[in-house]
Amino acid sequence: MLNFTLRRLAQSVATLFVMSLLVFTGVYAIGNPVDILINPQADQAEIAQTIARLGLDRPLWEQYWIFLKGAFSGDLGKSFAASIPAIELIFERMPATLELAFMAMLIAIVLGIPLGLLAGLKPDSWIGRGIMAGSILGFSLPTFWVGLMLIMVFSVQLGWLPTTGRGATVDVFGIPVSFLTWDGIRHLILPATNLALFKLSLLIRLTRAGTREAMLQDYVRYARAKGVPESNVVRVHVLRNILIPIVTVVGLELGSLIAFAVVTETVFAWPGMGKLLIDSINVLDRPVIVAYLLVIVFLFIFINLLVDLLYTALDPRVRLKGAR
Amino acid sequence: MNMRTLAAAILWATALTTTPATAADLSIALGADVTSMDPHFHNLTPNNNVGNHVFETLVAKDPRGRLKPALAESWRAVDELTWEFKLRRGVKFHDGTEFTAADVTATLDRVPNVPNSPSSFATYSKQITERITVDPYTIRLKTAKPYPLMPNDMSTIMIIPARARGATTDDFNSGKATVGTGPFKFVRWQKGDRVELARNDNYWGAKPAWDKVTFRVITSDPTRVAALLSGDVRAIENVPTSDLAKVLKNPDLSVYRQVSHRVMYLHIDSNRDQSPLVTDKAGRPLDRNPLKDVRVRQAISKAINRQALVERLMEGAAVATGQVMPEGMFGYDPKVKPEAFDPEGARKLLAAAGYPDGFGLTIHGPNNRYVNDEQVAQAIAQMLTRVGIVTKVDVMPSSVYFSRANKLEFSLMLVGWGSDTAEASSPLKALLATFDTAKGMGNANRGRYSSAKMDALLDQALATVDDARRERLLQEATAVAMSELGIIPLYHQESVWATRKGVAYAPRADERTNAFEFRPQ
Repeated sequence: MLNFTLRRLAQSVATLFVMSLLVFTGVYAIGNPVDILINPQADQAEIAQTIARLGLDRPLWEQYWIFLKGAFSGDLGKSFAASIPAIELIFERMPATLELAFMAMLIAIVLGIPLGLLAGLKPDSWIGRGIMAGSILGFSLPTFWVGLMLIMVFSVQLGWLPTTGRGATVDVFGIPVSFLTWDGIRHLILPATNLALFKLSLLIRLTRAGTREAMLQDYVRYARAKGVPESNVVRVHVLRNILIPIVTVVGLELGSLIAFAVVTETVFAWPGMGKLLIDSINVLDRPVIVAYLLVIVFLFIFINLLVDLLYTALDPRVRLKGAR
Repeated sequence: MNMRTLAAAILWATALTTTPATAADLSIALGADVTSMDPHFHNLTPNNNVGNHVFETLVAKDPRGRLKPALAESWRAVDELTWEFKLRRGVKFHDGTEFTAADVTATLDRVPNVPNSPSSFATYSKQITERITVDPYTIRLKTAKPYPLMPNDMSTIMIIPARARGATTDDFNSGKATVGTGPFKFVRWQKGDRVELARNDNYWGAKPAWDKVTFRVITSDPTRVAALLSGDVRAIENVPTSDLAKVLKNPDLSVYRQVSHRVMYLHIDSNRDQSPLVTDKAGRPLDRNPLKDVRVRQAISKAINRQALVERLMEGAAVATGQVMPEGMFGYDPKVKPEAFDPEGARKLLAAAGYPDGFGLTIHGPNNRYVNDEQVAQAIAQMLTRVGIVTKVDVMPSSVYFSRANKLEFSLMLVGWGSDTAEASSPLKALLATFDTAKGMGNANRGRYSSAKMDALLDQALATVDDARRERLLQEATAVAMSELGIIPLYHQESVWATRKGVAYAPRADERTNAFEFRPQ
């Protein structure tokens, strides 16, 4: 298993390198950050000075070389717009996004798997049909619209929950988290629900399909014939067997929840990393964009590794030797 | 209902109602993010807006952009090359030390030397060749040439205490060095989320009405409005035009609006023999540039129905204009009127210029920079097409747009200009003066308009210390540039704030949202 993990890490270094090169040249090709960052009142000489101050007058390869040298010593550069180390800006915002993503995933799992199971076990009942109809809505309604509707109904009309922002935080091992305070939870409910909606529908459909397939398998029939109680059939024989594809999807989707919570974060003014990325793209703040995407690539690699390790726990037949 | 459910219901209900903000707390939603607490790091409106609560300038601007005393009680030009500022006595920094001329010198020392600054305030201090401290409350600033804008420039540089001369941007971001003389003290900055301030009880001027002020950053327009509707915040800036009618009708809300110093205009590629995106009607490039002909530019101006742009697209939150400054601001010329909508006249002018059938053109614009920018570009394209100039629309994010516009890749572009100085030399110098790197003129002249007559008048104005004479010269320069349509002015945006009933604001022309100018009603 150690061997497997090491090989994975070596692959990821190569991925990170290619990624950085692509993003670096991509942002360079879009335009000059100073054109947007500088106050329009500044004259030509001041513009030239600013470009030189930020090192943007050097040729591209030299800028990239400086970045690489820094990156190998753990320094991904300072934000052009804020003069704060890019990685610091990202890690400062990361707890907010992680909290939101985990909460959304939790909602999706806790509701999605039981509802999907129910819909799979009783596909023709009104409840099964109702769940499926609901999941279509969850798939097809655009996130920003649902977010605004949630705000209009629960904050503006009913006045139950705050519209936007993150609630009071408490430090746990130096990391500010808000899900341990009542104020924090109240702020978390709407954005987490909004973010969860799509994943919830996905899990419902996935679980339902898996359940329907498993119910027709010989081992389920045999278990029933043997007189195993229905609840045991579902828990031991159905659920356990359909869990592998679900774990894969949950893992991948968790990565995308973290990386691309942008829309929800913008609608709910949630101070997470997604909003940081959008703001940085708007002003071509290259160090932050590059660092952000590197962090995300790393995160995906890490989650995938975790998922592979989880397989072995769920299904003893899976061994981690193959070149998966 | 038994006792237990009743108790639970009561608990639930109390928990659901937010702790009501006391009357003396004010939370305001800003529409753009703050990127630094260092007052000299990035010359950016949201940063300056928040910075001005903690730090003050020697000279301040009133809501209509006129200069008024702040840390300087008075100022005068001792001679053509010397400005003298008399400093206010008895002003204390938040840590109790007294404000004197030494703090002004220290500030001017720091301003040009902030590492990694993406937009330095040296723009406003570079004219100063020498500083003479006459006594602790009198400072003289000398310049190499007569420089009438010195008091105006001093309304942008925020004064820090002398001992913060060597403070880093990090020191300001953390709050360690965020100590000024302003009406509010810095409490906390949560990046991307909020800035918290507390009243400075020892403030020298009128004390603000609020104990605690929270600036929330809510960049999404509909969410910002929702936060106000639900009462999460008590005031918002930049009310989106699409929601303006609804907000105006709501009895719980008040709206405050003011014509801003921002002019929206078209820049025209008017000086090159060929222009990249001018074609004949079949789409083939033209061998000459019709935009060089002033009659064609006049035709474009006449083809635009400014009133329709203002009433339909901007929902009335704009004022049609024919020049660079709004009415009442320094350098506004009452004789220059907005061009009337006249499609017939436009067609005649095109025919006279040798284009009876018109030609093809592309208008470029940003899609995330100005209020309704994309829709305005589309509307203008339709209006031009109607008089025979078949116009395509190409809009893009401002990060792409401005880089390309600076490289002169466009023929006709929609741009806005906010005159931070609240007087006409700012747009005349940047947009209409002949592009000249050595002189630092015409830096945003993306159409490369050039008029020797206008340049001469502007140079003269920029060297005239006497206000009345300078204003006349600026008006003359404006009249020249507008008669030749160096740019085609469209309208001035209105800045719109909305508050919950019980909070009033004195709306400003410079797009600033000043907590100390909000009052309880």
